[in-house]
Amino acid sequence: MTVRDDVQLDLSYDSVVRRFAPVIGLETHVELGTVSKMFCGCSTEFGAEPNTHTCPVCLGLPGALPVVNAKAIEYTIRIGLALNCSIAEWCRFARKNYFYPDMPKNFQISQYDEPLCVDGHLDVVVEGQTYRVGIERVHMEEDTGKNTHVGGATGRIHGAEYSLVDFNRAGIPLIEIVTKPVEGTGPLAPEVAKAYVTELRDILRSLGVSDVKMEQGSLRCDVNTSLSPIGVSEWGTRTETKNVNSLRSVERAVRSEIIRQAAILDRGGKIKQETRHFQETTGETRSGRSKEEATDYRYFPEPDLVPVAPARDWVAEIRASLPELPAARRTRLKSELGLSTEDLQQMVNAGVVEAVGETVQAGASATEARNWWMGYLAEQANSREVEPTSLPITPAQVARVILLVADGKLSTALARQAVDGVLQTGKDVDAIVAERGLAVVSDTSELTRAADEAIAANPDVADKVRGGKVAAVGALVGAVMKATRGQADAPAVRQILLQQLGVSE
Amino acid sequence: MSDERPTLTRDEVAHLAQLARLAVTDDELDLFAGQLDVILGAVARIGDVAAADIPPTSHAVPLQNVFRADEVRPSLPREDVLAGAPAVEDSRFRVPQILGEEE
Repeated sequence: MTVRDDVQLDLSYDSVVRRFAPVIGLETHVELGTVSKMFCGCSTEFGAEPNTHTCPVCLGLPGALPVVNAKAIEYTIRIGLALNCSIAEWCRFARKNYFYPDMPKNFQISQYDEPLCVDGHLDVVVEGQTYRVGIERVHMEEDTGKNTHVGGATGRIHGAEYSLVDFNRAGIPLIEIVTKPVEGTGPLAPEVAKAYVTELRDILRSLGVSDVKMEQGSLRCDVNTSLSPIGVSEWGTRTETKNVNSLRSVERAVRSEIIRQAAILDRGGKIKQETRHFQETTGETRSGRSKEEATDYRYFPEPDLVPVAPARDWVAEIRASLPELPAARRTRLKSELGLSTEDLQQMVNAGVVEAVGETVQAGASATEARNWWMGYLAEQANSREVEPTSLPITPAQVARVILLVADGKLSTALARQAVDGVLQTGKDVDAIVAERGLAVVSDTSELTRAADEAIAANPDVADKVRGGKVAAVGALVGAVMKATRGQADAPAVRQILLQQLGVSE
Repeated sequence: MSDERPTLTRDEVAHLAQLARLAVTDDELDLFAGQLDVILGAVARIGDVAAADIPPTSHAVPLQNVFRADEVRPSLPREDVLAGAPAVEDSRFRVPQILGEEE
């Protein structure tokens, strides 16, 4: 096959997806929120001193025997049921053998050909269209230890002189959720991938099985991408992109991989099946190790663990205890809050549907709840580069601010100061309001005095207003607001100023 | 039936040795290929008697669903954990340069 370098190619995304159909697949790892590890009683707490949460079992010391954490099985079944999977009547653990210093045992206990949950689906909506993402399997395994690479400029493994291993994370229950190949998304493949991970995260959060923090690694995502020329039904060779650590990165990784593969295919080249690594800074993927064959792991049934055969009445019990899932809640909120489909979609995209719902539940009006989460709070989240729901403010606190405004106790400007206070200190709204003396000044005599002072200090402006340029009064309103530290009601101040200047509108 | 079983090649033994990080000489490859082949042949005879109505045995003891409650138990003292490590730095196991893979 000739590789042509001489052809000018249009590698804009729009052009590429007119010529190629992407097929994507996602493998998501989720650390379960159990208090103890998968096969031993060590704590799963995040951020502990290195190697303080280890024992003979998770260190793989001779003679130590693993015992399955019942809660981890229950959580996995919850996830499987929420993803419309069948729950296996009988399944086993297997050993995945490899040499890499992140597991002291030189193998990882995983599930191989007998996963606990199989054959489900998850529907996601992108641009008004529903895409059904098939779920191949949900299986259990244990997380690995954490390596820190020392030496070299980048802190990466290449160029490192040696590595340091902390086994606190080794043995934390980990779930892998694998989709079936997702076809038919066309140009929307990146958006569908992001919508899937977002919906999955929201489901996991509502199930209460994980804290799903991508930034702490409790939710991690690998993205498979392949391209085939439009009209060709056979799939192309796929690559697997790892190190995709935020929702935005999921979208970026798929998009850049589509363009990279198209550039190779356009020149008559071949895609190499390999693992690639997403680069947060450039938004591109970089080649990693070549994909090992599954047989290289020499899987075999774990002899130290007996099979898991969840009783059907236990599964039924877990099914009955499932909470309302995000999709159902959205439908309910849409009608309860009287939202348009477009409004709802905007809130979904901003990731604030749950927060708005809870704010309304705490007593706020739907309009105000939406405005705060989509407006000021979204801005604050954006400037801090976090999701709005990661801000250190609760829906109940937002509702309290909204109620204070509705009661006329806070102006919008003061309400924002109150929110800033909560975000800075973590204290309650009422404590911030009291502490910072945030209250609307409604005492007319005090406002009149402030208005007179502003007029006296700005005689030129006052003359302009008296001379008929009523719009100039804005400068005086500003001066009064400044003098009252934003605690006055601006329209009221304006009225009083005009009255003192003897001008009517 | 065991006559139709493919034999284990020298290359396969070399590959398995590499996966298990075993240094095997050329002479040993020949030796082990022959020996392992005999073992595989013996085990394969089970296939001659296994029938569809005999479920595969997964475990020597007929148990399933052995679980523990999700409760935290004390971990080992860190000095004990690190005591057997060839090298320690910053309370972590220090391991030689890892090449060829990236986290």
